[in-house]
Amino acid sequence: MMDLSTTYLGFPLANPFVCSSSPLAQDRSQLRRMEDAGMAAVVLQSLFEEQIEQEALELHHALDHHAESYHEALSYFPDMKEYNLGPDGYLKYIEEAKQAVAMPIIGSLNGHTPGGWVRYARLMQQAGADALELNVYDIPSDPQVSGEAVESRVIDLVQAVRAEITLPLAVKLSPFYTAPAHLIQRLKQAGAQAVVLFNRFYQPDFDIDHLHVNHQLKLSHSDELLTRLHWVALLFGRVEIDLAVTGGVHTARDVLKCMMAGANVVMMASALIRHGVDHVSQLIEEILQWMFDHEYESIRQMQGSLSFRRAADPSVFERCNYMKLLRDAMQHRLM
Amino acid sequence: MSTSYLTLDGNEATARVAYACSEVIAIYPITPSSSMGELADQWAAEHQPNLWGAVPKVVEMQSEGGAAGAVHGALQGGSLSTTFTASQGLLLMIPNMYKIAGELTPTVFHIAARSIAAQGLSIFGDHQDVMACRQTGWAMLCSSSVQEAADMALIAHAATLSSRIPFLHFFDGFRTSHEIARITPPTTDQIRAMIDDRLIHEHRTRALSPEHPFIRGTAQNPDVYFQARESVNPFYRACPHVVQQTMDQYAQSTGRSYHLFDYYGDPEADRVIVMMGASCGTVEETIDALRPQGEKVGLVKVRLYRPFDLTALSRALPDSVRSVAVLDKTKEPGAIGEPLYLDVLAALHETGRSSIRVIGGRYGLSSKEFTPAMAKAVFDHLKQAWPKNHFTIGIHDDVTHTSLDFDPAFSTEGERTVRAVFFGLGSDGTVSANKNSIKIIGEETDLHAQGYFVYDSKKAGSMTISHLRFGPEPIKSSYLISQANFVACHQFLFLERMDVLGLAMPGATFLLNSPFGPNEVWDQLPLKVQQQILDKRLKFYVIDALKVATSQGMRGRINTIMQTCFFALSQVLPREEAIEQIKKMIAKTYGKRGQAVVEKNWAAVDETLQHLHEVKVPLEANSRHDLRPAVSDQAPEFVRRVTSLMMAGLGDELPVSALPCDGTWPSATTQWEKRNIAAEIPVWDPSICIQCGKCVLVCPHAVIRGKLYDPQLLATAPADFQHAASRWPDRKELAYTLQVAPEDCTGCRLCVEACPVKNKSEPRLKAINMADVSPIRSQEIINWDYFLTLPEAPRTALRTDSVKDVQLLRPLFEFSGACAGCGETPYLKMLSQLFGDRAIIANATGCSSIYGGNLPTTPWAVDEHGRGPAWSNSLFEDNAEFGLGIRLAIDQQQAYARLLLSQLEGSLGDDSTLIHELLEGQPATEEERQVYREKVQRLKQLLQSKDSPRHRDLLAVADTLLPRSVWIVGGDGWAYDIGFGGLDHVLNSGANVNLLVLDTEVYSNTGGQMSKATPRGAVAKFAAGGKPNPKKDLGLLAMAQGQVYVARVAFGANDVHTLQAFREAESYPGPSLILAYSPCIAHGYDLAKQLDQAKAAVHSGYWPLFRFDPRRHEQGLSALQLDCRPPSLPLKKFLYNETRYLVLAHSEPEAADRLLHEAERDVMRRWHMYEQLANGAPFQHAAATPSGGARS
Repeated sequence: MMDLSTTYLGFPLANPFVCSSSPLAQDRSQLRRMEDAGMAAVVLQSLFEEQIEQEALELHHALDHHAESYHEALSYFPDMKEYNLGPDGYLKYIEEAKQAVAMPIIGSLNGHTPGGWVRYARLMQQAGADALELNVYDIPSDPQVSGEAVESRVIDLVQAVRAEITLPLAVKLSPFYTAPAHLIQRLKQAGAQAVVLFNRFYQPDFDIDHLHVNHQLKLSHSDELLTRLHWVALLFGRVEIDLAVTGGVHTARDVLKCMMAGANVVMMASALIRHGVDHVSQLIEEILQWMFDHEYESIRQMQGSLSFRRAADPSVFERCNYMKLLRDAMQHRLM
Repeated sequence: MSTSYLTLDGNEATARVAYACSEVIAIYPITPSSSMGELADQWAAEHQPNLWGAVPKVVEMQSEGGAAGAVHGALQGGSLSTTFTASQGLLLMIPNMYKIAGELTPTVFHIAARSIAAQGLSIFGDHQDVMACRQTGWAMLCSSSVQEAADMALIAHAATLSSRIPFLHFFDGFRTSHEIARITPPTTDQIRAMIDDRLIHEHRTRALSPEHPFIRGTAQNPDVYFQARESVNPFYRACPHVVQQTMDQYAQSTGRSYHLFDYYGDPEADRVIVMMGASCGTVEETIDALRPQGEKVGLVKVRLYRPFDLTALSRALPDSVRSVAVLDKTKEPGAIGEPLYLDVLAALHETGRSSIRVIGGRYGLSSKEFTPAMAKAVFDHLKQAWPKNHFTIGIHDDVTHTSLDFDPAFSTEGERTVRAVFFGLGSDGTVSANKNSIKIIGEETDLHAQGYFVYDSKKAGSMTISHLRFGPEPIKSSYLISQANFVACHQFLFLERMDVLGLAMPGATFLLNSPFGPNEVWDQLPLKVQQQILDKRLKFYVIDALKVATSQGMRGRINTIMQTCFFALSQVLPREEAIEQIKKMIAKTYGKRGQAVVEKNWAAVDETLQHLHEVKVPLEANSRHDLRPAVSDQAPEFVRRVTSLMMAGLGDELPVSALPCDGTWPSATTQWEKRNIAAEIPVWDPSICIQCGKCVLVCPHAVIRGKLYDPQLLATAPADFQHAASRWPDRKELAYTLQVAPEDCTGCRLCVEACPVKNKSEPRLKAINMADVSPIRSQEIINWDYFLTLPEAPRTALRTDSVKDVQLLRPLFEFSGACAGCGETPYLKMLSQLFGDRAIIANATGCSSIYGGNLPTTPWAVDEHGRGPAWSNSLFEDNAEFGLGIRLAIDQQQAYARLLLSQLEGSLGDDSTLIHELLEGQPATEEERQVYREKVQRLKQLLQSKDSPRHRDLLAVADTLLPRSVWIVGGDGWAYDIGFGGLDHVLNSGANVNLLVLDTEVYSNTGGQMSKATPRGAVAKFAAGGKPNPKKDLGLLAMAQGQVYVARVAFGANDVHTLQAFREAESYPGPSLILAYSPCIAHGYDLAKQLDQAKAAVHSGYWPLFRFDPRRHEQGLSALQLDCRPPSLPLKKFLYNETRYLVLAHSEPEAADRLLHEAERDVMRRWHMYEQLANGAPFQHAAATPSGGARS
């Protein structure tokens, strides 16, 4: 029997499949189905501090805005005993998820204030999450904020959370940092055990007929994997930190590539939304078949094999290769 | 419910006792009693137990009549049952009250006593409603304060069981009902001790049961009815004694002692006032002020008004009394005197004290102020040798000269009482903050506290005035503050609209929320305000509270900020302690709404004091502007003489002679009001506007209008007057202007949302965009005035099926006081544009009767010929019948006119064809109506010169020959619930009437209580757990009648369809029913988004659009046409935009989920049924022509 096992955040996993933070993870029956299909761990959908605040303030506004204005109607809604605003629903779900499945449950958090990151991380730990993924979803659009400040903010929050909780920590990053390798090195020093590469931004599209800017989340595709492969391959063995790939993992071959680049795990959502969570079992079958055909014994055997440090031609990952590509292209056009 | 001090209002004080003592509670909303039912429903939803550990069953009925019937049934079934009501609601209960009393059944009805609709409706307080019940055989127990409301409620519940007489427990609506005071409510143990289980068991043994059957409610004949009616006498004779015993028992338990009649004042008094209700406290305060001056005066407070114990009254009156003034808070036109007066007169006569001179007077109708000055005037009047009997006090009656003079300067306000008045905007949270302040002071200090709140009758931009008193002495003052030592104005704009500082006493503190800092604010104040600050030597402080609130993400809610300033300046508490208490109260009030809400408010409190500044007041007033005049000098004489005073809040000064004697008021008066409530108004960009008219159609307040006109007229236009070339293909030679009424706009932004055009270079801009009103107001006023002078488009030239053309029809419903963004008023405006010059409107009580007819003004307007909708409101429950009556009257007079015409043919001289043409004419189009109107005019001219009785008769009814469009308008509470029986009957009558149901799916006007139009899963008052049952399908019921035109419309989803339905309904020669989707603030979302939400309602199948036109049968078509596509949007995507659904998803997610799934099934089931009906319908059988049944 071939060995698909790997480790992530200190957890031994039967295979490298992790369900990425997505709506799929917020449904208990889906959790059970994905575990039955072979999923090794799951990251819950992110708890957004800003959203919690916003929901509370919006509801407060809606309930109070017209109250005490007009003598026949001093309010327009019954005063409910409780409103369950705040993180309670999310925390309860962590508990339910822990009861529903045996695989590690990784909570995901997007904070808005330094206090919020720490408070909600602590609450997730208390609720029973096995690990925590800090989803640093931040678009630094302010021209006054430097790259250094942006990076320091990430480091500070990881340090703050690390100081408060004992759970393993992963940090989910975007691809748009000036010096990702350096940042990841600092994250490790700050207490992160893993980085998840890369966050997918909701990229607005233009509707030129109606002069609209649409914001919609499109499902990923395998082409997006290349950026991830590139960076995992560059980082593997150079920063001692677990690497998870998310964004663009769709096929068995995608998974194998991630492993060869040096990832500990792959995180999937779009493929599962498209094909259903049972799809994992088919991918596992295909991986086993490929390994059998190519006479691999274990995932460990291939992990990092095509990384910068181990690849036959590491220059392909760096700038010299870029120059070569340009040259080749020019020659091709001239011909 | 076992605490010592609580600060609460009279309604809550009462409801707590009633809830504890009841098993079945039947409710129906009516102001000012609604909150008692709401609280009972809320407590039941929270599973709070009654005295016996069970949760009372709280059931909302379809009317107060229904509630009384349900209570009657519950009592006959052996339960303890209660209800809460007022005014017309109580009148609807009277038939059952006779039955309940006749059957000697113990129960208590709690009444927030209110005026009765006579010459006009009033929601305010007096005793007219309870006095209309004094003959029903019920005991009547009156509370005079919030404390007494709790005490008497319990005494009533205990005494009804002992006496078997049912009790009306009442207190003054819109004083005691809404006054917040610190009281000591009876504890649960005290309540328990007062209710005797043995008596409950006896009540149960008298209940209907097949185990020991009997019949009750027989029909009795002359042989026995009389004797049987007299058989109850022993119970009534015993009742006063039972009540006194109960009061004594209560006194032992609580230390609060009451008597059937309580005396207060000089034991040797020669002059005494007898009265009941909240003003007793004011008279006591007056007596306390007069006695030290040697005045021998006293007060008899009536507690038990029925059964009237004359000996107890006589005992209460000192022997020294020479004269008595009985004050009635009611009016019985034509009676010898008001009821309490007559009762006292008879009582003194029967007890041998006829030598006491008794006079009667009326006071306080509709919450008219009754002050110590007025009480003193009554005592003074009693000194006269021949005092005026049947007097009035508090008004100036210059018609029948009943009124007594009084000296408004007389005041009894104590020096140790802090009196604070706050002027706020409804939406800024002022009242909420003040209610919290009272709680802090009342429950956390030794001080007594009282709060009373005066609200606006306008729903948009409404002003609130809070009156707060605090002090070491018990507070008896049941009147508004006139000498405040603290005045806070929470909105800078109020300073130019009204006399804010008129209430400030010399040396008072004045706190102003101001966008201008301490160094700039003086120059911005109106001259009068500057002068008052100087004359009264006020200490003046400013804070930019909006800035602080905005910095904390609290939008316009400045409540906690201003509250912090109040505590800091008033020093009712040490500053640090006050801030700690404010924060505690914030956590208590908002804690369950999330930490973020609490923290934002805390942060605002922390931020406040560094922004609070004292203003160094200059030595002289130098402002170049002053308070704005209430109305323009262009207004009609009546508006200037009468309406303007009411607008300025000075209506109390109007004498009787100024007011119409029969409730008739002029139309078209909102145009003079100029409320200036919008901070931003829409500004037109003519360069990109396509002149589609959508903004004009959706505007709820008719403040944005389009006109097409001859461009030569622009020669005299103001320099900044905007215009563009016409974009009507057939009228390209004309000019077009879209103009906003800057002083009437509410700033709701609906027009901007409706605008389909985007600026190509900057798509965030449209053809109209919101802009700060301040820099453009003056110019836009000039532009608007000029716009009004441009000629109206001739109606005959317009296509009324086109939104683009309809914008050119002058709205005859304008500038209403409805909420900003109201979803009802665009329909009424459309109605007025299409049919206004020939419409008569019967309007059910509710939102539409308030913004349509709440004085001082009405939005129903007139056109350039002086014609416009004639409007009237009868009641809530009878509107369909009322409208039918109007139709019958018109038809009858028209038939008579036609009869006279045919009889008078040939008698009108040369114009021989005129009568023939009038008899034959059936004008259907705008042109035909115009021609016909000219003929009627000609007829009237001819008749003027004739003098026979028949000619004079014809002249009197000639106008009824003109087409009349009768509209019966109301909300869903009327149509689905209280008025449904009448509506159903009128739909079946075949009469040519149009019923427009403005369906907000709740009782909007009384605060969002559930109606049968409320959909499944929506949270509403009386449905705190989400309505478990689906919305009644009124459209389907109407279709089932066969010969009714029915349409379901939503202007936000499809404006052309709405226009079409209105036109078809009006043209249909029988009854027509339009169900109009009406977004409302009770839905809980930003109404500027209502157009998108209406589209979502249609796309999700929540509100399918259809028309059912029986005329289609004649063409062999199905009557029903579905005018939208099958549901394509998940219902959830529509529902969860609205707080009424979302709140349940938060509070009870599992229930919300279940109800959502059921609601989804409702939607699909209904859609499939409609589809089947539209495709070959069972309903065709009811009205099918021989060739009917074809598929549409």
